Amino acid sequence: MDNVIQLQKKLVDYKTSLFNEGILDDQFTQLQQLQDESNPDFVVEVVSLFFKDSERLFDELTKTLDQQNIDFNRLDAHVHQLKGSSSSIGAQRVQRVCILFRNYCEGRNIEECLKCLQQLKREYYFVKNKLETLFKLEKQIMEAGGTIPVQ
Amino acid sequence: MEFSCVTSSSSKPHVLAVDDNLVDRKLVEMLLKKSSCKVTTAENGLRALEYLGLVDEQENSLESNESKVSMVITDYCMPGMTGYELLKKIKESSTTKGVPVVVMSSENIPTRINKCLEEGAQMFMLKPLKPSDVQKLTCNLVN
Repeated sequence: MDNVIQLQKKLVDYKTSLFNEGILDDQFTQLQQLQDESNPDFVVEVVSLFFKDSERLFDELTKTLDQQNIDFNRLDAHVHQLKGSSSSIGAQRVQRVCILFRNYCEGRNIEECLKCLQQLKREYYFVKNKLETLFKLEKQIMEAGGTIPVQ
Repeated sequence: MEFSCVTSSSSKPHVLAVDDNLVDRKLVEMLLKKSSCKVTTAENGLRALEYLGLVDEQENSLESNESKVSMVITDYCMPGMTGYELLKKIKESSTTKGVPVVVMSSENIPTRINKCLEEGAQMFMLKPLKPSDVQKLTCNLVN
């Protein structure tokens, strides 16, 4: 089962790099540890919720920043949501930008808020891409008859 | 298929988890299930109060769930009614004041924590919750 072993190594290496680069933190590992035979898709389900919710929040953030008179409280509330969910799935870099963003909301700095939104989107799509690749690798291993290596 | 030969499902603690964040709701639900609890989730304080039978019109309802809930765990920051306000309402009612309420928050603010504890919160926990946090809470509920 050379192919499975190769794929498993690829997965472990890939996951390790995500942690080393600070893209994911320990909270993601916590999620994986909650997954079991009775909830075999838990991680994918939670992460999918995160994707859906984040994209909804980006729309809200864009709309709010587009207003003549920006409602900074509303802006902050949305960023707070995103900070919470990114923290819950271990998307460390997204969470960090949220913290920065909230500071700018408090300071009512439109310029910096707009920049933060762009940065947030970049980090979000970056981690989304990484996670989708991770899930694809896991699927390949399972389809080849292997099991996902536990860390 | 679920086997429950040792304990009947009615002896599992029933926890009401309240959080406006979709991801966190799913997470807390899983954490509680892994600690052998039956879980009901609510997306805001009002829904939680409705479930507990504490919304005005329901006061005389015989079908309220409050006697079935062993614990409420709620997020602090929620739009409309905060976790603190929910805590107060639960503690103000004679039917639910004995139900332990745990408040969680992603922010470590001492005045916020003290406020909740003074109002009768069993515990204040920082998010994201870990399995060990939840186990600590629920082991006391299993009779």
